[in-house]
This record gives sequence, C-alpha cells and structure tokens, in this order.
Amino acid sequence: MKLGLVVDMDTCVGCHGCATACKQWNTSGTIGPLSDKDPYGKDPNGAWLNRIRTFEVGDTPNSKTVHMPMSCMHCEEAACVTVCPTGASYKRSEDGIVLVDQDKCMGCNLCAWACPYGARELDPDQGTMKKCTLCVDRIYDTGLPEDERQPACVLTCPTKSRTFGDFDDPESEVSKLVRDRAGKQLMPELGYNPVNTYLPPRNKPVVEVHEMTGLTQSIKGWVNKIIQR
Amino acid sequence: MHPAFSVLVFTVISGAGYGLIFLMVLGHLSGVEVLQQRPLLLSGGILALIMISVGLMASTLHLANPKNAWRAFSRFRTSWLSREAVFAIVFYPFSLCYLLGVWLEGAQLSSGFLVAGAISALLALITLFCTSMIYASLKTIRQWHNALTPVNYITLGLMSGALLLCAVQAIVNQELAGDLQYLATVLVIMGACVKVIYFFWIGKPSGSSIQTATGFTQASVRLMDQGHSSNGFINNEFGYSVAADKLLRIRLASLTLAFALPLLLLWTGGVVLMVLAVIATLAGLLAERWLFFAEARHVVRLFHGDQRT
Repeated sequence: MKLGLVVDMDTCVGCHGCATACKQWNTSGTIGPLSDKDPYGKDPNGAWLNRIRTFEVGDTPNSKTVHMPMSCMHCEEAACVTVCPTGASYKRSEDGIVLVDQDKCMGCNLCAWACPYGARELDPDQGTMKKCTLCVDRIYDTGLPEDERQPACVLTCPTKSRTFGDFDDPESEVSKLVRDRAGKQLMPELGYNPVNTYLPPRNKPVVEVHEMTGLTQSIKGWVNKIIQR
Repeated sequence: MHPAFSVLVFTVISGAGYGLIFLMVLGHLSGVEVLQQRPLLLSGGILALIMISVGLMASTLHLANPKNAWRAFSRFRTSWLSREAVFAIVFYPFSLCYLLGVWLEGAQLSSGFLVAGAISALLALITLFCTSMIYASLKTIRQWHNALTPVNYITLGLMSGALLLCAVQAIVNQELAGDLQYLATVLVIMGACVKVIYFFWIGKPSGSSIQTATGFTQASVRLMDQGHSSNGFINNEFGYSVAADKLLRIRLASLTLAFALPLLLLWTGGVVLMVLAVIATLAGLLAERWLFFAEARHVVRLFHGDQRT
C-alpha cells in the first residue's frame, strides 16, 4: 500500500478547515500534544501539521488565486528518514506512512532541514519533531464507522478538495483523479518522489470584458441592425 | 538558514582541533624534525583534545531534547550526523593512547603507539569530512549540496589547525620553525582560494523555483499569503534574511580576519603575533561559518515568497 492524499487546487477555497481539524485531532492523538507557545499573546507560535499557502498564478485577466494546503507528502524517497541520526524518523513498509517516534527524537532539526515542503515543525514545548501522521490513529480504528476511517483533514473539508487513498491501487479514487486530472508532484526535480499529488485548476474561459468601440463603428452597427429588420 | 551559535562554535573550534592533531601526528610520524619533541607533541595534543571536546559539548546545546542524544549513534548506515557522532567518539581512545605513548616514551614511539597515532589522525580527518557531509547531503539547500562544502570544511579545518600548530611550536621553542611556517602559508592561501571560489559559485541562482514548487511551470506565480498570522518554526528556522550590503561587509571582514591578517602575522614570525594570528583566524572562521548559514537558502522559502533559491 502507498497511502496519501490528493488535493484539488481547483476547488480548495483556502478556509483553513483542514488545518484546524488536524490540530484538533492530533493534539490529543498518537504523537502527543501539538503545543503552542504564547497562544493568546503578541507573538504566538506553535506546531501545526498542515499549512495553507495562497498564490496568484498567471497575469490579469488570466490570473487565478490558488490555495495550496500542504502537509507531509509521505515521500517514497524520504530524506528526512535517512538523515535522522537517532532512528526516530521512520517510514512504514506496510503503507508508506512517515512517522516520528516521539520517544526517540532528540530535536536536532536535521529532518526539517532535509524536507523541501516545510512539513516538519519542532514542538516548542516538547522539543521533538512533529509531522502529519496521515491520522494513523483514525484510519485503522475498527471502532469507527468505516466511512470515518479517514484523516481528519479529509473528513472536514467543506468543498471535498481532499481525497485519501491507496496510490498503489490503479482503480482507487486517488489514482483515477491523478490520471484524469493530470495530478502533479511538487518539486519533482529533487527526486523525493512525494506521494501526495496536487490537481491543477481546470481551464475555464476568461470572463468576457465589454470593449468600447468608436462612434462610427457604433453607428454602422445600428444601421446594420435596422437594415436587417 | 538561521545560524545557531552553538553549531558555529562547534564546527570552527572542533575543526581547528581536528586539523591540529591531524597535521601534528602526520608530521611526527613522517619524521618532520621540529615535531620530534615530547613537550611540543604533548601540549599540541592536549590543546587539540580540549578544543574538540569543547566544540562537541557546544554542539549538544542546539538540541531541543538532549536527553535522547545518546541515540544519535544508532543510524550509522544512513545518517551523516550519526557517522560524525560515532567517529568523534571512536577518535578519543586512539588519540589518548597516542598521547599516553608520547608521555611515556617521548617522540620515539614503539609500534603500538605509532599505529594508535596514525589511526587517530585518520579519524580526525574522517570526522571533519562527516561534519561537512551533514550539510552537503541536503538536496534542499543548493548552497550546501555541492562538493565545495566538504572541500571548504576540510581545508579550513587544516588551515586553522596549521596556524594553531605554528603558535604552539612558537611558544614551546620561542621561535617559529620554517617548515611549519611554510605549511601554514600554503594552507592559508589554499583556504582563501577555496572560499573565494565558493562565494563566486553560490552567486548564480539555480535549481528549484517558485514554479517547480507549486507545479505551475508555465505561468508567473506570486505568493499572496503564507497562511499564518505570526512566525512559526519554519519561518524562524528558514526565513533568515540578511541585507546584501551587510553580507558583503561580513564577507570582507571574514576574508581579512581569517586569511589576510594571519598571513601577514605568519611572516613576522613572532611568538605573540602567532597567538594573535590564531585568534584572528578563529574569529574570521566564525564569521565565515555564520555566512555559510546566513547565505544558505532553503527551498521551503519558495512557499514563503521567494521566486528563486
């Protein structure tokens, strides 16, 4: 299995619902608290596993605002795992999920340096590295109804921009989406082979703009209309 | 990249210590005349061990959870940081054995102590190389991910070690030996060349851009919102930016202190001036190491507004 997410940049509205649901679930999840420092003060700081970045793509009038929710890509060539000196970072062979063993991490930051996506954040209180677990404590929980065995970010997304599934299965929903919508990896040139894939916005015609014409053109137009009648 | 002071101190001080013991043992074993004296070898060796130990202790200060630091020896097969930790520790018994030999037998060592000395010199060089590879192995930072990084670390370690060796020898004998003066001169010139090549090399943008980072390779892309209202770990660690004119001034200060000034002081040959040369080069290398971090631009900055790295 190769578990991961597909994010639809066409429908994402950048509401930060996924980040909030992620923080809410994971602060009491398997990797312990996601601490905040000075949360109600002037300069709050804290560990989040999901960040939403907003870009403007193209030039007016052919421009579009694109929201990119980014969490761990669960890379197939995960450099964060190989650089880890303590063995705290590991990639599960059964489903490809990259995790940090909180009991082994010494907080040296090297894995965060090796990650191109900014997916790892040091917990300011615990001193250990925190990252997306793909809600490993939800997706295998047989105590939950089957349709709820999905990451918190996917369940909460109001525009259904996030899809969770197995990229190894060519008939899974995620594989079909990637095929049909030409899904893209971010920074493929680094060779990390990230599993999470982003669907580019669909091409839609630009909204037509009424163009002013000269006086003679207008008169010609009116005359043509009258003659046609 | 945010320059962590403990890491700057570690790489400069330990690098000089490893360079000192490598050159001293190599010179001793290959029969350089001036190095065949017990007090010189003992004082040089002890100074190197102190500097290496102080540096290694400083390096643990940047850990956020140091109680797990002992686990850093466990991933020798994949992690350069783990390799560095292992070689740094294995170095101690061999170097202590060598120094014990010098203390007991003087400069004319029996074969067992000679082998220990040779191994400790080799381990010093390997540790220096492992330190550099921690940085050089990161594909996310193009200013580090190249062959110049290990060349820099090793050359500058040997250079500062050579100046230290000159200072120790000058203090012990009250006169600087010509062989060591020549060696230090060559290494200082090499160090300056390597550093200037590095400065030119990192000047040209290459690699990932905001286009490859977002997947929109055919359009212009601009960041509108980082998605958070105050700085977090990622901003603090990778968003470190310094004005270009300040970087240039620090580059000049670093080149002057680390290379030009020691070179001048080296050829005066005075005992006190040699100590000054060592202090100048260590200060210059601290500035150089600060630049190594401050000028490194991690690709995650592309998601925070940079167009190129």
